[in-house]
Amino acid sequence: MTLTATAPRSDVGTTGSGRKRPVRSYWRFYLALSPFYILFVVFGLYPVASTILLAFQKWDGLGARQMVGLQNFKFLIEDNTFWLSLWNTLVLFVMSTAPTLCLALLLAVMLHSAVRFSSVYRFAYFVPNITSLVAAAIFFGAIFSTNFGLINAGLRSLGLPTEDWLGQPWGIKIAISTMIVWQWTGYNTIIYLAGLQAIPTEQYEAAKVDGAGPVRTFFSITLPQLRPVVLFTVIMSTIGGLQTFTEPQVMVGTSGGAGQSGLTAVMYFYTQAFVANDYGYAAAVALSIFMLVLLVTAINWRLFRGRSES
Amino acid sequence: MIRRRGRILLHVGLAVTALISLFPFYWSLVMATNTTADIYRFPPKFTFGSQLDDNIHHVLTNIAFFQSMGNSAIVAVSGTVLVLFFDSLAAFTFAKFRFPGRNALFVILLATMLLPAQLATIPQFQTMVALGWVGSLKALIIPGAANAFGIFWMRQYFQRSIHDELVEAATLDGCGFMGTYWHVALPSARPALAFLGIFTFVASWNDYLWPLIVLTNPDHLTLQVALSQLNRSHGVDYSMVMTGALLAMIPLIIVFALFARQFIKGATEGAIRG
Repeated sequence: MTLTATAPRSDVGTTGSGRKRPVRSYWRFYLALSPFYILFVVFGLYPVASTILLAFQKWDGLGARQMVGLQNFKFLIEDNTFWLSLWNTLVLFVMSTAPTLCLALLLAVMLHSAVRFSSVYRFAYFVPNITSLVAAAIFFGAIFSTNFGLINAGLRSLGLPTEDWLGQPWGIKIAISTMIVWQWTGYNTIIYLAGLQAIPTEQYEAAKVDGAGPVRTFFSITLPQLRPVVLFTVIMSTIGGLQTFTEPQVMVGTSGGAGQSGLTAVMYFYTQAFVANDYGYAAAVALSIFMLVLLVTAINWRLFRGRSES
Repeated sequence: MIRRRGRILLHVGLAVTALISLFPFYWSLVMATNTTADIYRFPPKFTFGSQLDDNIHHVLTNIAFFQSMGNSAIVAVSGTVLVLFFDSLAAFTFAKFRFPGRNALFVILLATMLLPAQLATIPQFQTMVALGWVGSLKALIIPGAANAFGIFWMRQYFQRSIHDELVEAATLDGCGFMGTYWHVALPSARPALAFLGIFTFVASWNDYLWPLIVLTNPDHLTLQVALSQLNRSHGVDYSMVMTGALLAMIPLIIVFALFARQFIKGATEGAIRG
């Protein structure tokens, strides 16, 4: 979405041109657009503005709201659990996104050069993406289960020591990222594949004439051409990944499990708001998450946009 | 040119990945057809058993499964119909007509996509309290009845697929604005509507955080929240919980199997075109 939005189409600056008509004669159009904007004002704009205000207030959801200035943010800075939740979020984001996108790119290149069964593979890779997060989290919770899970059974049959996966901090992160990789690799593969198919074949032929091998062709033609698509997947993964909630919440519970290793920022927000009923503080957490998303998106944008060749 | 051996290696790689990708579905079935004790012994049982009936029976006695599934269906179907109607109407208007403020409104629409959900969650919950919608399915259906992504995506489609002359001809023939939308725009947008419809249905069916917050009555939940409850209270009985998860997936698998081609095509177009 972000990517497509940067390439505006031809219809620029048409507003107000031509004959003068009174604005009210366009009522049909405004009426046709109104559902979205009404819903947005009621369920989007007003709540967001209200959250920003709430971040500077103290409120338990029942009594009167009390202006407290920057107090919530002061508490946040000293709140170790908050920082832990941000850290967990970022670690999980890197642990899941990096393998997902690398694996997806590799699979897409492989799929692109395989002609037979391509649609079967695409189907198989895509199915995890439509599976519900709750069902998938239950499944991965089961196979990483400590005493008798499939992963431990596999380790045991290989003669390796078993692990208490969901009972220790790193095990929890590994289980959660494994699930995210499983669920999102196929989706990104399909996106990369479409990007690969859009690269003009003349470029490859020219490279072949120049005597470039497959590895050089990949790095000098495929990757640069694919850059906008990579940017799109990185941005989408950032926005989704930094708001991880369901996977850890279902797998290890709202507390975040051992060492609170599965406690993400959105889980902390949820707990502060709807378990502790500390709405002002939760609003400050929500604002911080928003800032984090903006920051990481901006960083990724710079990293993956490359030089501004269009 | 890839040589023969490379080609075989390629297919082996792709096939193994496909198997890993599909393995959880197979293993879920194994779990659902056996008892937990059979699965969690060493070495575990890898074949289908005969306990499916028992497991299903236990799911049905532990949660109001069909009621929850009914709730999920009501939310997903009505939400999808509303999104398809409101989004396509707005998208058609943006794509084919000129009116004061159009560009400004469209920029606002794009900007709304950047706002993360939890920034609105608390006041939204308070709004639901004020409206008396807490615990009601309306709280899940109405706020998402029109969305920026769908409007943006459908607009791209209308711009490409409907010529201005067609709209003008319809207007000359005496079709009003709604007539043109109904008789010209909608029929030509079937593939786009199919994608947006499945996308919305799947997202709604799988939605978890907002239903968890707003559905406060434990006897009146959507399937995902009910499943998570089942997992919390009976987590040790993996076979039974997995059976519930599998049953909850069936409607989605059916929808996806029917429309996989359009869906995969649509999902990629959103990223590549524009």
